[in-house]
Amino acid sequence: MKSILKLGYKLLVNDRAKFTALLMGIIFAVFLIMFITSMFFGVLNHASATVINIGATIWVMDPTVETVANSVGMPDYVLDAVRSMHGVKYAVPLYSGAALVKLADGTYQAVTVIGLDDTSLLGRPALIEGKIQDIYAQSGFIVVRDAEFSKLENPHIGSEFELNDNRAVIVGVAEVATSGLYGIPTLYTTYQRAVEYIPNPRFTISYVLVEPKSATDITQIKQQVERLGYRALTKNEFMERTANFFIYQTGGGTNMLIMTLISFMVGLSISGQTFYTFILENLERFGALKAIGIKSRDLVGMILFQATFTAITGYGLGVGFCVLLIWLAKLRLPSYAAMLTYTNLVIGFVMVAIIAGISSYFGIRRVLQIEPFDIFRG
Amino acid sequence: MPQVAIKAQGLVKWFGEGEARTDALRNVDLETYFGEMLYIVGPSGSGKTTLLSVLSGVLKPNSGTVLVENVDIWNLDEDGRADFRLNKIGFVFQDFHLFPRLTTAENAAIPLILKKNDWNESLKEANNYLEVVGLKDRAELPPVKLSGGEQQRVAIARAMVSKPDILIMDEPTASLDGDTGNAILAFVHKNVLNPNRCIVVVTHDERIYEFASRILHMADGRLSTEEKTTAEKGAPEKITAEKSVVEKSTPEKSTA
Repeated sequence: MKSILKLGYKLLVNDRAKFTALLMGIIFAVFLIMFITSMFFGVLNHASATVINIGATIWVMDPTVETVANSVGMPDYVLDAVRSMHGVKYAVPLYSGAALVKLADGTYQAVTVIGLDDTSLLGRPALIEGKIQDIYAQSGFIVVRDAEFSKLENPHIGSEFELNDNRAVIVGVAEVATSGLYGIPTLYTTYQRAVEYIPNPRFTISYVLVEPKSATDITQIKQQVERLGYRALTKNEFMERTANFFIYQTGGGTNMLIMTLISFMVGLSISGQTFYTFILENLERFGALKAIGIKSRDLVGMILFQATFTAITGYGLGVGFCVLLIWLAKLRLPSYAAMLTYTNLVIGFVMVAIIAGISSYFGIRRVLQIEPFDIFRG
Repeated sequence: MPQVAIKAQGLVKWFGEGEARTDALRNVDLETYFGEMLYIVGPSGSGKTTLLSVLSGVLKPNSGTVLVENVDIWNLDEDGRADFRLNKIGFVFQDFHLFPRLTTAENAAIPLILKKNDWNESLKEANNYLEVVGLKDRAELPPVKLSGGEQQRVAIARAMVSKPDILIMDEPTASLDGDTGNAILAFVHKNVLNPNRCIVVVTHDERIYEFASRILHMADGRLSTEEKTTAEKGAPEKITAEKSVVEKSTPEKSTA
């Protein structure tokens, strides 16, 4: 069989024009599919940035909350009630809101402010400059050094600015796993300072962060929170809820699906048609092989090998080009929201497998239809 | 007595149904022998290509039997017939059917590759046969770089590389000029035909009749009772049905 596969390989790659066209079709489709899905997954990832960066096990929230950025304040008793629930090891409040920073040149810059529990500082970012205890200093804020950092005029420890008409001092510089979606800088401070500096409605707790005593307590905690009239989600569930909002309620998912299908159709039509033409051009010779004595299953195996080889090569190159472009884009645009995940890779691979399967199906059907007698008949 | 290579009895083959039915073979009986070069000649549409296809296990007859070395090939399953063709029969097609993207040597090696032999060993064996047909120095060229006569010699090397007992040649000179066609058949007669091999040639090229051991004339799906055989030189002479061509002209199959 190895020799027959080598024969198939030579028939395929020696026809350079067709092989190139086949590869281009697959590469183009893979590139577009991967690029579109990686952009979308990147956006989803950035949308859950706060959930990822804080990293709490369970998030308690108002039931109407769809994304982490759109919190609904909860009364203080919710925190007390959660703390008293069975299975809760500890629970702390978290503030998440937006504020305006007045820069030295007089312009304003919107920022996201995260208020950490004053006692535990649960969810604090990793500092690259400064000391975490300085967050308790008067007007102390920690700035995140991410792609949006420069929008605050590259502050350093000791930099001062006005935040909602209050004095704010940078006491530390941190780094986080994921930047936010909305392209604005992030500041961390204590919960009390956050609610003090930023005008709020009556209820100020955005989320209650809960650590269960054990993983088996999570279900029980969720049920108790639900009885209280609120919702408790694990970190992954909250990320999924945020993603679902963008997929199903913003039109983003539909757009991505349409673009992915278009890319698939383009790839399928280019590769499918080229592969079918390749088969048609060699049809008489395949007939001659049948007359000489190749078995149908060997012939099918050879064609499947050709399709698989083209698909895998095209897939690899398509992914490679996609990675290269994302890498180049991130060199210029650090906040570029594109992210390759195993899911992207699997989606791309499944699409390519379908393209290869459909292309080879029609080729195989045509080859199996040809009678060796047709070769004699001319 | 020469050994029988192919024995066909009562072959009937038709195409289409009802008013569109065309009878291609009408109760054809035929025996071919090892050591002979049998020509089947006749006008277009007489059924000679159909007969060739049925004899070689490519086209199933509506009725009748084909015994090749005493094996009823139409009782074999599809894979069995494919194996039979691969191991017992060499084909030389009218239009050569060489793969333009493969080298001459790779084209010649195809039957061995289909037998799943090692690639390099297959090429080595194919090169030996290319040497026999005088094309060793063209082994690495693609067929499109070769003349028509050279391509036909590659096709002959491809047919011979698996050492078949029976060689089927379908209009081998149709795509060649007269001199080249003559040279090809002379080469086959001299170098390919041997007492252990039977060669069946379908042709209507009278210029190559001189190489035939026997000539069977076909018309309207029937083999005529009139057979022709080669004279020592020149045009074939007519012989009567009573005169045993085989006894006269076919060498006995070697027992070696």
